[in-house]
Amino acid sequence: MDIQFTEEQDMLRSSVERLLRNQYDFEARRKIVASEEGFSRAQWGAFAELGLLAAPFSEGAGGLGGGPLSTMIIMHEFGRHLVVEPFAETVVLAGGLIEHVGTTEQQQAFIPGIIDGSRIWALAWAEKSSRFDFASVTTRARREGSDYVLTGAKTMVIAAPWADNLIVSARTYGRDRGGVSLFVVDSRATGLDLQSFKTIDGRRAAEIGLRDVRGQLLGREGEGVAALEACRDRAIGALCAETVGAIGELNSATLDYSKTRKQFGTTIGSFQVLQHRMVDMFIAHQEALSLMQHLNLSLGADDGGLSRLASGAKSKIGYAGRFVADQAVQLHGGMGMTDELNVGHYFKRISSINIQFGDPAFHVLRYAQLDAAA
Amino acid sequence: MELKLSSEDAAFRDEVRAFIAENYPQEMRVPNPETDLTKEQSLLWHRILHKKGWIAPLWPKEYGGPGWSVTQRFIFEQETSRAGTLPPLAFSVTMVGPVIYTFGSEAQKKKFLPRILSGDDWWCQGYSEPGSGSDLATVRTKAVRDGDHYIVNGHKTWTTLAQHADWIFCLVRTDLRAKPQSGISFLLIDMKSPGVTVRPIITIDGSHEVNDVFLENVRVPVENLVGEENKGWTYAKFLLGNERTSMAGIGRSTRYIQKLKQIVKAEIPADDPAQLEFLRDIARIELDVLALEATELRVVAQMARGIDPGPAASLFKIRGTEIFQNITELTHRAIGNYGLAIREHPASANHFMPGPDYGHTASEKYLNARKLSIYGGSNEIQRNIIAKAVLGL
Repeated sequence: MDIQFTEEQDMLRSSVERLLRNQYDFEARRKIVASEEGFSRAQWGAFAELGLLAAPFSEGAGGLGGGPLSTMIIMHEFGRHLVVEPFAETVVLAGGLIEHVGTTEQQQAFIPGIIDGSRIWALAWAEKSSRFDFASVTTRARREGSDYVLTGAKTMVIAAPWADNLIVSARTYGRDRGGVSLFVVDSRATGLDLQSFKTIDGRRAAEIGLRDVRGQLLGREGEGVAALEACRDRAIGALCAETVGAIGELNSATLDYSKTRKQFGTTIGSFQVLQHRMVDMFIAHQEALSLMQHLNLSLGADDGGLSRLASGAKSKIGYAGRFVADQAVQLHGGMGMTDELNVGHYFKRISSINIQFGDPAFHVLRYAQLDAAA
Repeated sequence: MELKLSSEDAAFRDEVRAFIAENYPQEMRVPNPETDLTKEQSLLWHRILHKKGWIAPLWPKEYGGPGWSVTQRFIFEQETSRAGTLPPLAFSVTMVGPVIYTFGSEAQKKKFLPRILSGDDWWCQGYSEPGSGSDLATVRTKAVRDGDHYIVNGHKTWTTLAQHADWIFCLVRTDLRAKPQSGISFLLIDMKSPGVTVRPIITIDGSHEVNDVFLENVRVPVENLVGEENKGWTYAKFLLGNERTSMAGIGRSTRYIQKLKQIVKAEIPADDPAQLEFLRDIARIELDVLALEATELRVVAQMARGIDPGPAASLFKIRGTEIFQNITELTHRAIGNYGLAIREHPASANHFMPGPDYGHTASEKYLNARKLSIYGGSNEIQRNIIAKAVLGL
């Protein structure tokens, strides 16, 4: 089941790889993260120029028609280089929602701005006590003319401080799944209050307060949760690819280190206990890579009903990432604990992905529950 | 779980408990005492214990110890750790102090011991070097005799809280031709000496706990040599034995588990199956703690009967650190989405932090705790010790 990349896919991979190798080494990234804004508009422009922001969109929507496999290729490289720019938030989450549930007018209005790099988006679904449940929404939306007006609070909105637009989930009626809808909101809208902070993986996020903020309905009213669930399946495909990219880098860094670091008169890689540890890290990488491909191939075939597989992959790859990250830090010793070395930063990115859209324990339970439901 | 205490010991326990309740400074009850206190604040409790005569449980009476039995020492350790008090600086009281009173000269005892007890001198440890972590015997920092001085050149690393230190105790190489272990000396160096430079190392949790210490042509008076030249390895091993004694951390783990239970209750509704998962994970950790605590009590009872515990310290270090890492990981998981946020340092700068108060240090604790299985002799090294010393492999 190994993916044979097409010539086009190979070109995409090698062009992303080349761009990041030349412009996004660890020192360049450190400067970007430490900058006032915390991300690089110049890099974002370069991504647009290379067509990365267009890659997954269908040709009908003005994209390159690369689908989930192009997202996988890009995110895998981004994972290797710890890219902080909000590709997943803008293209996969917001772009995906607009493409899948937006009207033709909305697609025409919003997707070009994503593709040319001029507009950044973020998705505000979480609330104070929602944990990982899309249906736990207390933010209200009421109709006013052809628009809606939103009042409430969203939490932990990644990339919101950078975003021009937000997609916000809010409730027009009821208390459960039904009644939740999605709205497009301008992030500079009157009544929108944004409190920024840093995340453990060097990104920016915000708590968002909404007081009578104007929003435009995206998708059908009351069908927001289903739209978010499908969106999460696609996001998981992307985030798993990012994790696998990070795992690969951690494994090769650890292997290199074990061959050069000497203690007790020999390289630490000659100790059997560490050899076996690294073999387990290798196996974890192989399994994660396979599941990542399997999930993204299925997403590309648009089989539908992929939530169970997505949850399974998020869990399995999440645990694999955590194991590898733990061991990479351990085998690097004190160096692995430093801000100076990249190993700790991969650790933190993997830890973050493991929280986004549900941790591995949440998804293994969901995997079990979806089986029982079948 | 409690030791079966005699009525005297029970009275002692009550006395310690009451003393902590009445005297532990409110000022030190901050979200993360290890990183959020100034040097002066972190010394407050030290000075209170000193005044009471309880600062150095391990020390013999003649040098200022309280003259406690093994059991009393254990009770004190247990009570202070259960109450969540910040332990007095280990490098001073637990580590260098015993080396000085055991191997040092009369002049050294007179000069250093009172200031260690009072907290007037803050010590840091110059052991690890970039090329010498687990394999400490290969230290390369050189001390060359020049009249009444040694001239010291080298690079020490992972030096905890060197930014506050008045003195550093160093392993230095005084004989380049001898076997690694036999050419090492134990030298006390004034941090204010010309040629000593401290460079911060920022760790993945964003905090500044450890440092590089560079020594360039530092002139150290010969009277600061502890014991005999080239016998430093013996003293170093003696000291490391002390470092690993209290690493079971039962009191701390018990406190963090209580906190974790409250977080789970607050964050996850009872009808969410995730809550049951958490309760099961927590129960497993509680059983780990119970088993380790029972082991610790058994060893303490044996020591009270005069039986040598052997490398039990390695067992405590391995399990104690693994347990605490698991607790911090579970706590980080329990706060859900808020685990993505991390406090910016210095914490006193009042940066905005989202989510409920109880979650504010979860991320940094989770990240910081990764060091536990690495430092003080990595857990791999501890397993080697048990394999060799206990199993005879």
